[in-house]
Amino acid sequence: MKVSNSPWLLHYDGSSCNGCDIEVLACLTPVYDVERFGVINTGNPKHADIFLITGGINTQNKAVVEQIYSQMPSPKVVVAVGICACNGGIFKECYNILGGVDTVIPVDIYVPGCAARPQAIIDGVVKAVALLDEKKKKRDQKKAQGGSGNA
Amino acid sequence: MNWSVISMLLFIVLAPFAGGLLQGVDRKITARMQGRQGPPLLQPFYDLHKLFSKQSVVVNHLQDFLVCGFLVFIVFTGALFFWGGDLLLVFFALTLAEIFFIMSSCSANSPYSSMGAQRELMQAMAYEPMVLMVAIGFYMVTGSFGVSDIIGNSTPAIVWLPGIFAGFLYILTIKFRKSPFDLSTSHHAHQEMVRGLTTEISGNILGLVELSHWYENIFLLGVVALFLLDANWWSVPVAIAVCFGAYFLEILIDNVFPRVKWQSMLKSAWLVTLVAGVTNFMVLVLVK
Repeated sequence: MKVSNSPWLLHYDGSSCNGCDIEVLACLTPVYDVERFGVINTGNPKHADIFLITGGINTQNKAVVEQIYSQMPSPKVVVAVGICACNGGIFKECYNILGGVDTVIPVDIYVPGCAARPQAIIDGVVKAVALLDEKKKKRDQKKAQGGSGNA
Repeated sequence: MNWSVISMLLFIVLAPFAGGLLQGVDRKITARMQGRQGPPLLQPFYDLHKLFSKQSVVVNHLQDFLVCGFLVFIVFTGALFFWGGDLLLVFFALTLAEIFFIMSSCSANSPYSSMGAQRELMQAMAYEPMVLMVAIGFYMVTGSFGVSDIIGNSTPAIVWLPGIFAGFLYILTIKFRKSPFDLSTSHHAHQEMVRGLTTEISGNILGLVELSHWYENIFLLGVVALFLLDANWWSVPVAIAVCFGAYFLEILIDNVFPRVKWQSMLKSAWLVTLVAGVTNFMVLVLVK
């Protein structure tokens, strides 16, 4: 059994226009049904394995994103959905936008698009899921070498 | 080794597997009712394995201790029941386990966790009278609180206790944490109140909570079976069939009804207890 069989997902809307958010929720509908991969859309960072963010980072949500990320127990993966989450997108030059999600926390998977299509989001989540197993392996190796393994 | 010890050991060993499978079936049927394909049948076991391999984040050590108490007393409740023990003691142990769980949520500093604990107390208030009536009903019919005496009867208890059985099915929705009564924490709606009771519980401790729920569900279906079981061998397949029927009914109710406020839950649960339970008692006193 692998960790990737049960990826629980936390969806956070940074400063998205809601376009990507609607596509993320479309993944849960009968047409795409991501629950067939065991994905659960949880609202609790302490239960989540995948942190999925839409929209860029601004001065107000910077602390929130950092807080949520720090509350998630490892192994964890961050997926930036939509071009705004990848690098700021159309809002990049705005005075309040700091940039993409990777300006505050490490991002593992980038899913570009405006808005990102459900197929692309599912593809990103599946890639993230594979990464979860890798991170778990690395963590176990670190533990075996005597480290805390919580990185 | 006699039969009662074997059935107790079977419960302790097999209940997690049966409970997990039952939840897998639940998620599959729920998905089909919503027009989705749904997760694999073994998904609950994948989830449990995942939870046990996550980093353990301890909010406070008291919480972990209390969750362990919840698991131990749920297993004790079920073991006592399947051993054929005293039904009153079984239900008191169940309540004690519940208190452990509520206390574990109270011990964390999160407002969502406390809100979940308060709602769980409301739920306990709603279903406890009916649970006690079940025990008293069995006593009135068989003259004993002992589970082994109840199943040794010549006729199944449901013949005398149809009202109590209906009332128990009603509060079973609360105990299974199914909509419309999934107020404190929901198995399907993970976003609601940040999962209420289990907001601050994560990783392996959340795994223990899941495990306890599986034990609890199998025990509760055992109580459903107790209404059907008698000295005849064919009452066993009948009881198992009725258990599956009751579980399917709960899934159907879960998917059909929206969540209600706690006031409606409390009022309706007590009304059902009063009408179905007390009427059944009165008829029983007149007939027997």
